[in-house]
Amino acid sequence: MNHYNSEEETWDLEIKPKTSLFSLNLKEVWRYRDLMLLFVKRDFAAQYKQTILGPLWHVIQPILTTLMFLLIFGKIANIPTDGIPPVLFYMSGVTIWNYFSACLTATSSTFVANAGIFGKVYFPRLVLPLSIIFSNIARLGIQFGILVIAVLWYAVFKKNPVAFGSQWLLLPVLVMLMAGISLGLGIIISSLTTKYRDFSVLITFGIQLLMYATPVVYPLSFLSNKSYAWIIYRNPLSAVVEGFRFALFNTGSFVYSSLLYPFVFMIAVLLFGAMYFNKVERTFMDTV
Amino acid sequence: MNTVIKVENLSKQYRLGQVSTGTLSHDINRWWHTIRGKEDPYLKIGETNDRTTTGNSDYVWALRDINFDVKQGEVLGIIGRNGAGKSTLLKILSRTTAPTTGSIKIKGRVASLLEVGTGFHPELSGRENIFLNGAILGMTRNEIKRKFDDIVAFAGVERYIDTPVKRYSSGMYVRLAFAVAAHLEPEILIVDEVLAVGDAEFQKKCIGKMKDVSEKEGRTVLYVSHQLGTIVNLCKRAILLKNGTVVKDGIASAVVDHYVLKSDGVSNNGYVFNTDTKKDDCYFEEITLINSKSELIEEVAFNEKIKLRIKINHRKFSESVLVGIGINDKFGTRVCTFIKPLNELTKANHLRTTFSLEIPSNIIAPNQYSFVCALFVPGRHPVELIENVCSFLVVDSGTEYSIFEGVDYGNIIITPKWVNDEEIF
Repeated sequence: MNHYNSEEETWDLEIKPKTSLFSLNLKEVWRYRDLMLLFVKRDFAAQYKQTILGPLWHVIQPILTTLMFLLIFGKIANIPTDGIPPVLFYMSGVTIWNYFSACLTATSSTFVANAGIFGKVYFPRLVLPLSIIFSNIARLGIQFGILVIAVLWYAVFKKNPVAFGSQWLLLPVLVMLMAGISLGLGIIISSLTTKYRDFSVLITFGIQLLMYATPVVYPLSFLSNKSYAWIIYRNPLSAVVEGFRFALFNTGSFVYSSLLYPFVFMIAVLLFGAMYFNKVERTFMDTV
Repeated sequence: MNTVIKVENLSKQYRLGQVSTGTLSHDINRWWHTIRGKEDPYLKIGETNDRTTTGNSDYVWALRDINFDVKQGEVLGIIGRNGAGKSTLLKILSRTTAPTTGSIKIKGRVASLLEVGTGFHPELSGRENIFLNGAILGMTRNEIKRKFDDIVAFAGVERYIDTPVKRYSSGMYVRLAFAVAAHLEPEILIVDEVLAVGDAEFQKKCIGKMKDVSEKEGRTVLYVSHQLGTIVNLCKRAILLKNGTVVKDGIASAVVDHYVLKSDGVSNNGYVFNTDTKKDDCYFEEITLINSKSELIEEVAFNEKIKLRIKINHRKFSESVLVGIGINDKFGTRVCTFIKPLNELTKANHLRTTFSLEIPSNIIAPNQYSFVCALFVPGRHPVELIENVCSFLVVDSGTEYSIFEGVDYGNIIITPKWVNDEEIF
């Protein structure tokens, strides 16, 4: 069969049953960056067509959640807030947590929700979860804007000094950690749901439960002497949320080294997620 | 000529039935074999994909050891019955699913028209959807910008370009979707029966585009269709798939003939008299549609004779009984009728008669028809009337009308004389 050894043929593409574990083909993802951008745009444009309030919903939702938390955890349960005005405390927690939960919920249904498109045309599947991460960054931006307005309002009317300093540089790092962890977990779960739908049930209440295991409605310092504190410390998101408040208000028991754990965790889930996603994306249409 | 697609030992296995706890145990078993470096235990089992018989295994082979090459600029037709593996092959080619074993090697960009309208968002305007859909199909932003005016003109939706596509008529929607796909300029184009959608004018546009793409631009086209006439017309070469394997590969018309003649799908829509019911006098015993080799068929090529074999039992019948046989189109409208006195078909002392009705070839236009058979005395209630029997499909064997396949251009084809009258004056 090897008559043509002299003129080795070159193929642009070889479709094979299996590929190596990490052939993520990020180059191809980059080639499809326009598509990613358009998906982000679509998410935005389509969501608010035929709504009266439109993007205003991004503002209303965190404000109402903050007020509810203020009532339940602040007034009824009387949980301290590390010296931060309660409204700002809850609002900051809600802002960063919302980003995580929105990213995770959306990315974890990547395969099942887009089976229609995936079944007809090929493009690097990773484009979709990535576009979700980015379109949620825009939403995070809006909510962060409200948070900044609230901080300024407190500075002007309640004489609560704005803790603006070099620690604000932490913010992009923290957002990146949240993005990485939610993307990693999201693609793992979305890969699992192609065969086992159990995980899509798990994710809806799993995220809710996870919020209570993360210092969103209470400060980490509140747990210092509690016997169950280790659970909260094991949660890689704890340090990120705590770090977010530290960056904004310069208070709390945050130490920089505590971010090492979420960072390692992020790398681990991203690697495993990429590996698993890569394996599943090739044949998920047969099982989804 | 260069080989641009090389399919080697391609197989695809599917698991039947529900994905459930059984799947989990199989997955674990498979994983356990893999980590010990052994072969997947479920690849050894599995049966050919024959829908009509019940198998023992949960696994079937939708494709099994497919091999073929496609040269640059070739237009390859892929035919086969439902479930033969055509769509699976296209799915693997367009990378929406991976093969189980074997490989496909490809040179150049592949785009398929089976993705017409993929990712169209109803809330977005035509303009926004052109960009989104184009990007999904693999075009860059600049590429789409460059072709934007052409796309809009091809689709003929200039006026509606800023209206959400959910307000479009279905025809406009399909035209716009096709226009985007048609401007992809891939090296290899896969077309899967999209031509069935849209109006006649649009179909012509599509076929024209396909011809342009292959003849003028030297691109490769893979065309899957049940419309055999267009296959013969558009493709030089065709492959016939059956139960996941290539059973015939060659010149398109030869492959189509093979497919039509070798109708192993035994016709079961003939009429056989049910012996439980009592009938005296005179009645039909059996009505079947056969080919020249007396095999039962459901499909007839346009250039073949249509042969209806009829058995009549007539212990006693009046001299004036006529045999009437009509052909109805798929809407039940009579196309034509044949009448013959029964006593001219039989001899007086015989109790039963077998005869066939032979309808000449090259007249009944490609379409779906059925027979009506009656024994009657004019002006009286029919002695026997059997409707909707031996339904059959006249298959286009490459007529000049094949580009209009699917369009109603009538039920008969007559070759008239076209005379140029200018010379007379």
